[in-house]
Amino acid sequence: MSNDLSAKERLAIDRVHMPELAPEVRSRNFEEVNQGLSLDDAIQEAKRCLQCKHRPCVEGCPVGVSIPEFIDALAAEQLPESAAILQGDNALPAVCGRVCPQESQCEARCVRGVKGESVAIGYLERFVADWAMKNREKLRATQLPSKSGKKVAIVGCGPAGLTAAGELARHGHGVTIFEALHDTGGVLRYGIPEFRLPKEIIDVEVSRLLDMGVEIECNVIIGKTLTLDQLRGEFDAVFISNGAGLPAMLNIPGENLKGVYSANEFLTRVNLMEAGRNPDSPTPIIKGRQVAVIGGGNTAMDCVRTARRLGAERAMIIYRRSEAEMPARVEEIKHAKEEGVEFIMLTAPLEILGTEDGWVAALRCQRMELGPPDDSGRRKPVPVEGSEYEIPVEVVANAVGTRANPLLTATAPELALNKWGNIVSDENGATNLPGVFAGGDIVRGGATVILAMGDGKSAAASIDNYLKEKAS
Amino acid sequence: MYEIISNVTLAPNLHRLVVKAPRVAAARKPGQFVIVRADRGDERIPLTIGDANATEGTITLFVQAIGASTRKIVSIPAGGALRDVAGPLGQATHIEKWGRVACVGGGVGTAVLFPLARALAEAGNQVTTIIGGRSSQFIILADEIAAFSDEVLITTEDGSLGRKGFVTNALTDMIADPARAPKMVVAVGPVPMMRAVAELTRPHAIKTLVSLNPIMIDGTGMCGGCRVVVGGESKFACVDGPEFDGHLVDFAGLVDRLTTYRSFEEQARHNAECLIKKEMPNV
Ligand SMILES: Cc1cc2nc3c(=O)[nH]c(=O)nc-3n(C[C@H](O)[C@H](O)[C@H](O)COP(=O)(O)OP(=O)(O)OC[C@H]3O[C@@H](n4cnc5c(N)ncnc54)[C@H](O)[C@@H]3O)c2cc1C
Ligand code: FES
Repeated sequence: MSNDLSAKERLAIDRVHMPELAPEVRSRNFEEVNQGLSLDDAIQEAKRCLQCKHRPCVEGCPVGVSIPEFIDALAAEQLPESAAILQGDNALPAVCGRVCPQESQCEARCVRGVKGESVAIGYLERFVADWAMKNREKLRATQLPSKSGKKVAIVGCGPAGLTAAGELARHGHGVTIFEALHDTGGVLRYGIPEFRLPKEIIDVEVSRLLDMGVEIECNVIIGKTLTLDQLRGEFDAVFISNGAGLPAMLNIPGENLKGVYSANEFLTRVNLMEAGRNPDSPTPIIKGRQVAVIGGGNTAMDCVRTARRLGAERAMIIYRRSEAEMPARVEEIKHAKEEGVEFIMLTAPLEILGTEDGWVAALRCQRMELGPPDDSGRRKPVPVEGSEYEIPVEVVANAVGTRANPLLTATAPELALNKWGNIVSDENGATNLPGVFAGGDIVRGGATVILAMGDGKSAAASIDNYLKEKAS
Repeated sequence: MYEIISNVTLAPNLHRLVVKAPRVAAARKPGQFVIVRADRGDERIPLTIGDANATEGTITLFVQAIGASTRKIVSIPAGGALRDVAGPLGQATHIEKWGRVACVGGGVGTAVLFPLARALAEAGNQVTTIIGGRSSQFIILADEIAAFSDEVLITTEDGSLGRKGFVTNALTDMIADPARAPKMVVAVGPVPMMRAVAELTRPHAIKTLVSLNPIMIDGTGMCGGCRVVVGGESKFACVDGPEFDGHLVDFAGLVDRLTTYRSFEEQARHNAECLIKKEMPNV
């Protein structure tokens, strides 16, 4: 161990607090809420880590980041070393440090959390990754091996595709990413708002890939511009990571009124097209003084906090279950509450009522109570008879979920899908077609950034094997 | 970047752009569209692919300059470039041999109609094309369309060219004449026109195809902003369309959703005009 504090001394240190913009300030702008730790605070927090031999936190991480090791190097103030460890295991640490659900992954396993508060692993990850971005010249340059002469096509430029691209380039393979939209990042760009994940972070990560020789072609929709068959003809292997970009509809009356958005549309307008936050953006958005967001996940939190920043006086989360069942990260729920978001729990929407000229006027809802657990293990909400009531609203955003987008799969009938239209792949990411691999949300349905990255990483390893076997 | 090979004004505010986009040109089928962004930070604008030349690697777009974004697109001269061209998107028109068909185009819709009408003619149909516009200067592509149509009928609201009246007048006469009555009708133009055509053919049970133009963003089924109700079901025009059975489309709903950003557009137009006045006080 490079710093010699006793366990007792380590235990005496309290968990660091993340400096945040004040709620009344930040709920009116799009600046990042979490301001990041200072060097001193980060080192102090790193010293809280007990450096457990059995490394339970690492097991909690879907990509197996060497957590005690990067924290130890940080505690010893060896930042280049810490960054090298972190970046060796995780292709997008500055992203993960901000958006991973640490409380249910690494930090949930932290021994210090048993009796007190776990080590703030996410904050430390972010600190080291941000330091690395600002100090690129102090980092060892990644040595690329000689070119393998093999070419791999990647469909979709989200976290799964970006991760796979980096890994494959590090193995010397030629990589081309095809992206349907005009910009990179997938959900990181069009879904997750600036106040949680500044877009320059994606730009930096993408430029690192470009420096490694990865090619990115935007405006290419696989299944439309080119088919999977064409890719299989031109490339030695294909990795499909086109996400779960198809909004699930509410299927209640009034869904087509003006002012009803899917979360994808609402967030894409604001994030990708800069509507409502950049006065020069030509893309419009209906702002609404009273906004209801339906759902309880990260997407719902992002919508409702965005609505607040666009000026909503009353921004509400409408969720069928109770707060304990909400899938959103705890930090997002906390931040949303601080920003004045109302949480209307155990409530389901029945109908969206409109004005005479077709605008949203109110949401008719019904109260729910929790019954016995359902298939997902969560207690199932059951309607309370006679509890219908109306909430006046001008904008409704539907954040109940997304499904697999069929554009690619519709033109590749041989590719095996499950009953929801997700691509079926084995634990190595291999699909039923030779040389075609898949991962991320297109396989898992709406999941997380880190799981998508984990898939990208393991698929890249299997693609590398596949290419070596094919060559021999 | 996608180079603009030529940019020709066909009618007031209506331009024909030939754009280098080899992959789109190779993949495209009649009825499909692209999403175009003139430059960084600009809006994503859906535009029908009017024609394509796979050997040259070019596509033809007909652009009506109505808003700030479309005006910016048509202001780019030949030799300039569009930043983004994504496609081809949407379903291709289902082309089959019906016998006699009527193709009805209004305003810029005539340009959208053009590739469909030609594909129908190439499939062996006898094509009557009806082109309508406010006045003669809005009648476009008449010669190009005459090249493959059996008959071209022109109507103008002011009578400055062809028959005075609406496209529906010409279509009514066709339907009434057993020798000319169409088996199938394709109508592309302003929503009220497509709606009127659909209402006209409905009692005669003549299959009627319309091409819809709802508000779009991604064009890939990701946002759901382009949804229209067809036969009582929500459809995404960018993926399931843009062509639908005109007898099943909820036109009232479509018209209403198209007004969502009207005040925003008026504001944008107002700002642009103020800017022009400020920069050129003598205008
Ligand atoms: C608003 C929102 C907030 C979220 N917050 C969190 C969070 O805080 N923490 C967390 O861990 N997870 C979060 N998630 C989930 C997480 O973003 C996803 O699980 C993750 O992005 C999936 O990565 P992916 O690479 O599989 O797909 P995506 O990020 O969806 O990327 C897929 C890419 O493929 C492109 N594409 C699609 N079809 C085609 C095609 N046919 N041809 C070419 N390109 C195509 C798409 O345009 C897109 O760029 C959130 C999701 C949303 C929507
Ligand atoms: S334009 Fe977004 S789904 Fe059709």
